[in-house]
Amino acid sequence: MNKLNFLSPDKSNLYAYLYSGISLLSLSILIVFLNSFFSLDLTSFLPGTISYFLPLIIGFIGLHLIRIEYSGIKFLDIINKNINTNNFNALLSLLIIFAVIKSLPPLLSWFIIDANFAGDSKDACSGSGACWAYIKTWFNRFMYGMYPNAEQWRINLSFIALAFLGGVGFFATEKFKKYLTLYYVVVYPVIAFLFIFFFISGGPIFFDFSYGIIAAVISIVIGFFIPSKFKMYYFLIIPITIYILLKYVFFYEELIELGKIQAFEWVETGAWGGLSLTFIVSFFCLIFCFPVGLFLSLGRRSDLPIIKYISIGFIEFWRGVPLITVLFMSSVMFPMFLPEDMFIDKLVRVIIAISLFEAAYVAEVIRGGLQALPRGQYDAAKSLGMGYWKMHIFVILPQALKLVIPGIANTFLALVKDTPLIFVVGLLEIVGMLNLAKTNPEWLGFAMEGYVFASIVFFIICYAMSKYSYNLEQKYKTER
Amino acid sequence: MENRGITFGYGFLTQESSFDVQFSLIEYDGSHSYFRAYLVGLLNTILVSVIGIIFATIIGVVVGIARLSSNYLIERTAAIYVEFFRNIPLLLQIFFWYFAALRALPLPEKAEPMFGVFFLTIKGFFIPAFIWNNLYIFIYSVIAAIIAIFFVRAYAKKKQENQGTQTPVLLISIGLLIILPLLSFLLGGVDASIEIPVIEQLSKTSFTFKGGLKLPPELISLALALSLYTATFIAECVRAGVQGVSKGQKEAAASIGLTPNQVLKLVVMPQALRIIIPPTTNQYLNLTKNSSLAAAIAYPDLVLVFAGTALMQTGRAIEIVSITMLTYLTLSITISIFMNWYNKKIAIKEK
Repeated sequence: MNKLNFLSPDKSNLYAYLYSGISLLSLSILIVFLNSFFSLDLTSFLPGTISYFLPLIIGFIGLHLIRIEYSGIKFLDIINKNINTNNFNALLSLLIIFAVIKSLPPLLSWFIIDANFAGDSKDACSGSGACWAYIKTWFNRFMYGMYPNAEQWRINLSFIALAFLGGVGFFATEKFKKYLTLYYVVVYPVIAFLFIFFFISGGPIFFDFSYGIIAAVISIVIGFFIPSKFKMYYFLIIPITIYILLKYVFFYEELIELGKIQAFEWVETGAWGGLSLTFIVSFFCLIFCFPVGLFLSLGRRSDLPIIKYISIGFIEFWRGVPLITVLFMSSVMFPMFLPEDMFIDKLVRVIIAISLFEAAYVAEVIRGGLQALPRGQYDAAKSLGMGYWKMHIFVILPQALKLVIPGIANTFLALVKDTPLIFVVGLLEIVGMLNLAKTNPEWLGFAMEGYVFASIVFFIICYAMSKYSYNLEQKYKTER
Repeated sequence: MENRGITFGYGFLTQESSFDVQFSLIEYDGSHSYFRAYLVGLLNTILVSVIGIIFATIIGVVVGIARLSSNYLIERTAAIYVEFFRNIPLLLQIFFWYFAALRALPLPEKAEPMFGVFFLTIKGFFIPAFIWNNLYIFIYSVIAAIIAIFFVRAYAKKKQENQGTQTPVLLISIGLLIILPLLSFLLGGVDASIEIPVIEQLSKTSFTFKGGLKLPPELISLALALSLYTATFIAECVRAGVQGVSKGQKEAAASIGLTPNQVLKLVVMPQALRIIIPPTTNQYLNLTKNSSLAAAIAYPDLVLVFAGTALMQTGRAIEIVSITMLTYLTLSITISIFMNWYNKKIAIKEK
């Protein structure tokens, strides 16, 4: 047996160091554990400061003793390598372990043990923990805002249907895969709009937009029989013609009367709210901001000076101002420029404002991708005789967009996180509803529960989005 | 516009504002003009942005380096912090700190002093204030120290290029920053006394602190939320920057005999900074713009004072919203021009 040198443990007396080190470490953790879970103070016989730091000192010595390189014990080596490489790391590791042990009991007791789950009034919450009865009572409001209770199935049904229609892409067979982009970019947003307009809002069955849809459907059906040579001219002229015909030629009283028919009770947008409004706003802004941003980024790299400088000015303007002032502008300033009899719903104004704002950010992200492509790609495409649009659609954009998936995902995340700002124009999504519920005289003093609840909801949404974008990035990653 | 009977003009800026602002860096009350109110709001915005930027940078750099630690626990803790705080909307975080966390603080009469001089209460954070004599001499001495540091740096650089020897610039700089202001105390007749806040009874149940400096809870919660939120993004920038320096660089530096400290200082950091600075600038800009969320918790920033109260009183929506937007544009463009200049300065000089 060699002499024990406690200052520099080595392999020769492995077990002596190991047992003493582990027992010291366990002792220190035990002290903190008992202190924090059962408020027992094992070291109360010592003076205050020493008693306070004792677990740290003991644990530190323990970690020092078990820091033996190449001990041959796998578990010990893993521990040493990961949390115990040197004195500084050992100290930090101990601090983190102790902090976790210390903070667990208060958190557990607040969230679960002392919390109240049952009941439907403030009196039910007497414990010192969280009052989840509050969330339970207000759950409907947090989800649907001021939307009438009896009509909430309309929102549920719309969202379930839209989720189902959105998931169609996963089940598409090879044959239909090529139409998926068209479906998601053109058809799906239209369906979503119709659902929200007819179903959630309860709008009249016929109105301008439905003329447009009828025109589009008729012209697409006829379009299959048109020779491809004329297709472009056909699609430029015919849909608009049909729309005008529908609107101004078949413009007779009965049809207008028919247009006034409402299938569902009208719910004005001011009553929408809660998490469903968060979804509606972020969904439409996502859809609109992407194409606008795409065109802005192309415009910024255009050779035509007018387009270029307009795009630059537009992008830099939106990027330079905070969203809250943009919303102020849309709610206070914008209506002044409208003709007197014209009225645009505030939800629509908000969606337009947020879309334009985020479009500027999307544009900059896409521009990064465009700039990252080597010049050779452009030259190669041009040498094949491709024009500007052909080159971009088939060569440049597929590669550029692939590169910027993380950036676009970040912008979309920022968009979702910006939706609470619509409180400025008086629309109350989930955070706004929380603030409203907080001031209810029957439920005063439960701000914490509400914010924790909303934080968890937002965390789940945003974390899922970021993980999905990461998967997408991995899926489309090509070796370059 | 005409048919709504609205006129256009900026003449209202000189009119008397007749509203009060709770927290102001310059002297202000209702008898001052709207332009003065605008200045109050602007200064408050700048104040919270600067505080936020400083703390966000400190937290961000620490967390970013912790993300690279070989210690599993530290790395995970930093990762959890980043994932958690950046996936929750900033507005929600501000509300959380203001309405939930800071409301749990004690009333002034029940507040326990921290280190005997700081009082953290529901009415704000009370800290000791300095009372200065001949403050300007002290400021001159600090400026002189900064100028001297520039000279020392230039000299050190020249010396390194000519002779290849290093000068401990950091030590000399810290020394200068301490010695020159200290001299101003000893020789220049500068005198500072500390005023500790003392509790005072206003009425039977209402207490407050007298003396010292008061940081309102709005400012604290806003600065806290802004810096914690932005720090997560800065941490990711720092991590990406340090990871972006290729391993070969470090090995090459070590193989020519540089010590680990020198490797970090002379090889890794200059290259990492090039990657870190542009996205970090963006985060600073975002923080400045996000400070406009102050309006939600009634911190009197530009949006609340000017685009809120002043707009309600005058009804001049176009002028006020346009001035507000122009101000933010100017702030953004100023920061980005400065950062572009700095970026260009440290960029690789290709010959």
